[in-house]
Amino acid sequence: MGEYLVEAKNLCKYFQVDRKRTLKAVDHVDIAIRRGETLGLVGESGCGKTTCGRTLLHLYDATSGEIYFDGKEISRLRGKELLEFKHQAQIVFQDPYSSLDPRMTISEIIAEGMDVHLKLSPKEKNERINELLLAVGLTDQFANRFAHELSGGQRQRVGIARALAVDPSFIVCDEPISALDVSIQAQIVNLLIRLQRERGLTYLFISHDLSMVKHISDRVGVMYLGSMVELASSEAIFSAPKHPYTQALISAIPVADFDGEESRKKERLEGEVPSPIDPPPGCRFAPRCRYATDICHKEMPKLEEVERGHLVACHHCLNNHS
Amino acid sequence: MDRILNVENLQVSFHTYAGEVRAVRGVSFELGRGETLAFVGESGCGKTATAKAIMRLWKPPFVEIKSDSVVEYNGEDVMKMDKKRLQSLRGNDISMIFQDPMTSLNPTMTVGKQIMEGLQLHRGLNKAQAREEAINMLRMVKIPVPEKNVDSYPHQLSGGMRQRVMIAMALACQPSILIADEPTTALDVTIQAQVLDLLQELKTQLNTAIILVTHDLGVIANFADRVQVMYAGQVVERGTTKEIFNEAKHPYTWALLNSVPALATENKQELYALKGTPPDLILPLNHCPFAARCEYCMGICREQMPEETTLSGTHKVSCWLEHPNAPKVESFYDRRKK
Ligand SMILES: Nc1ncnc2c1ncn2[C@@H]1O[C@H](COP(=O)(O)OP(=O)(O)OP(=O)(O)O)[C@@H](O)[C@H]1O
Ligand SMILES: Nc1ncnc2c1ncn2[C@@H]1O[C@H](COP(=O)(O)OP(=O)(O)O)[C@@H](O)[C@H]1O
Ligand code: SF4
Ligand code: SF4
Ligand SMILES: [Mg+2]
Ligand SMILES: [Mg+2]
Repeated sequence: MGEYLVEAKNLCKYFQVDRKRTLKAVDHVDIAIRRGETLGLVGESGCGKTTCGRTLLHLYDATSGEIYFDGKEISRLRGKELLEFKHQAQIVFQDPYSSLDPRMTISEIIAEGMDVHLKLSPKEKNERINELLLAVGLTDQFANRFAHELSGGQRQRVGIARALAVDPSFIVCDEPISALDVSIQAQIVNLLIRLQRERGLTYLFISHDLSMVKHISDRVGVMYLGSMVELASSEAIFSAPKHPYTQALISAIPVADFDGEESRKKERLEGEVPSPIDPPPGCRFAPRCRYATDICHKEMPKLEEVERGHLVACHHCLNNHS
Repeated sequence: MDRILNVENLQVSFHTYAGEVRAVRGVSFELGRGETLAFVGESGCGKTATAKAIMRLWKPPFVEIKSDSVVEYNGEDVMKMDKKRLQSLRGNDISMIFQDPMTSLNPTMTVGKQIMEGLQLHRGLNKAQAREEAINMLRMVKIPVPEKNVDSYPHQLSGGMRQRVMIAMALACQPSILIADEPTTALDVTIQAQVLDLLQELKTQLNTAIILVTHDLGVIANFADRVQVMYAGQVVERGTTKEIFNEAKHPYTWALLNSVPALATENKQELYALKGTPPDLILPLNHCPFAARCEYCMGICREQMPEETTLSGTHKVSCWLEHPNAPKVESFYDRRKK
């Protein structure tokens, strides 16, 4: 068994906008997720987080690059092996309101995957559904209710129960808490952490809530316009970010602590994310970067290890870090 | 405080087929010129309902603002305003920006036209002057190439730019009060920071008072002067931003402060999560609304509504723990120190 459960090399996912233009949603990304760890994925809206997660799960066909799951290349999987992969790798969606079919009961929603992947008797199936409802903090009373009768937090729990139903080893959590209230966010995050402890799950946790990502992740990857610009331990990303974009992103987090007027003054990132359609050559961040020099506009920096376990894609990162 | 808005005993009800939903249950507060007051609380606690009632944006018969509610703008009784005065109030004196700019911008009209409309109606400018002023407003909210973007349609702009157009529209007539309902919730942190900076700048320039509705405590800590914590249609605690973050007294405020992971906490530690749900607002409430979820709940809490206790000129809390005979309890701050 290798160290990594999921590994992608040179992953690209392009969308053809029209005959002439290509949108590079994920562009030459390397990603490797260890067994039992949570890899956080952050970045501004549209930078490719969801596309990356979905391509890893084979919900999108990669344009190029390789994806390994448990050591096997997934594009080569067929028949039984492919089914097994789909069973092992699950997803929890962003929007608890639209991701569940309102006409199905909760038990039907949870059982859907079980019918495909597990051969259970009706009795075993019911027991398992009740077990799952309890595991996510609901009761068996919910089994026969409809999704539209549930609150956002309850629906998100059903989404998690559905993903857990087939005993996966890997779950992509795509903004699982963004649509929820703060108090419910904390409940869902606690639940994910507990389930990981009990079942040894591996997560890719996508979110734009940076303080939650820091809390739940072992390592964090930062994406900008389809590229991975920094990857390091959660600790290092938040306390000693090295890429200029990560630094700006971290400094933009409004911290929920009040320690006087002085702490309110911060450095700001100007401008907005440019279009991922036919991006210019060179570093994608160059138009907004205050350290940019000639080379940045010409050559795309490679993601390289600058300290043990700390990878950065920047021509000048060794000169600017604080 | 140079008072621009006074609200007393505001009550708003929604008449539904299941019964009367009493969404706002006697809310009182004041707002000073140039001041930023934040409303915070769980979804459904009545923040938006309160904000819209100030401008009388609710329409009878399904929504009712109870007759003994008081809303005074600059000493003038808003509840008694006629149609014409209300229209000028909404155009000139108080304006509101909504969470989702797409639903409040007209998709079939250029952003310039939309800003110009208000300028022509409320400030009596002619077409050429209004266009000039619209371009100035777009420049002020830092829309790039305003001369060109004045002719853009909303869908041609990014989310952050649309939100800034909304702000430009809301500020076009230089209102004394801006009500911003979750103005940055749909935006990324970087764009959020830009929009908040912009609001701050405008506030200093034009001395606009701001009511900021948000559930993001980080935004409040960085932006508000005072905070009002709401629960089940009532204000349960109010104070300066410093008082609410550093000296809060209400168990619900503690729960809110506690459920955000501080950037400094240990990874993967259990986060504090409030259990249960807020009370059903159709039912009458004659005791502390937080009682069912409060870990400090005492007998009296389930029997009688706590009165508002004054702790300082700015800090007030409605909780039985402030009663002289109540036991001393371990607060959120005591626990955090451990
Ligand atoms: N099916 C598709 N067809 C065309 N373009 C797409 C498709 N899916 C995503 N994109 C584009 O790819 C880019 C990355 O999208 P993605 O949804 O992965 O970003 P994200 O980081 O998850 O953003 P958000 O935070 O808004 O969800 C965006 O520019 C998006 O518009
Ligand atoms: N149009 C409406 N009809 C019926 N009930 C409503 C309506 N709008 C809001 N409510 C109810 O009023 C309460 C307060 O709503 P609102 O002020 O929108 O909350 P918030 O803005 O704090 O999320 C909630 O219980 C909500 O369900
Ligand atoms: S490569 Fe150049 S432009 Fe890109 S982040 Fe580094 S310094 Fe900035
Ligand atoms: S009054 Fe009682 S139940 Fe209500 S918040 Fe205070 S201690 Fe808790
Ligand atoms: Mg997404
Ligand atoms: Mg609201």
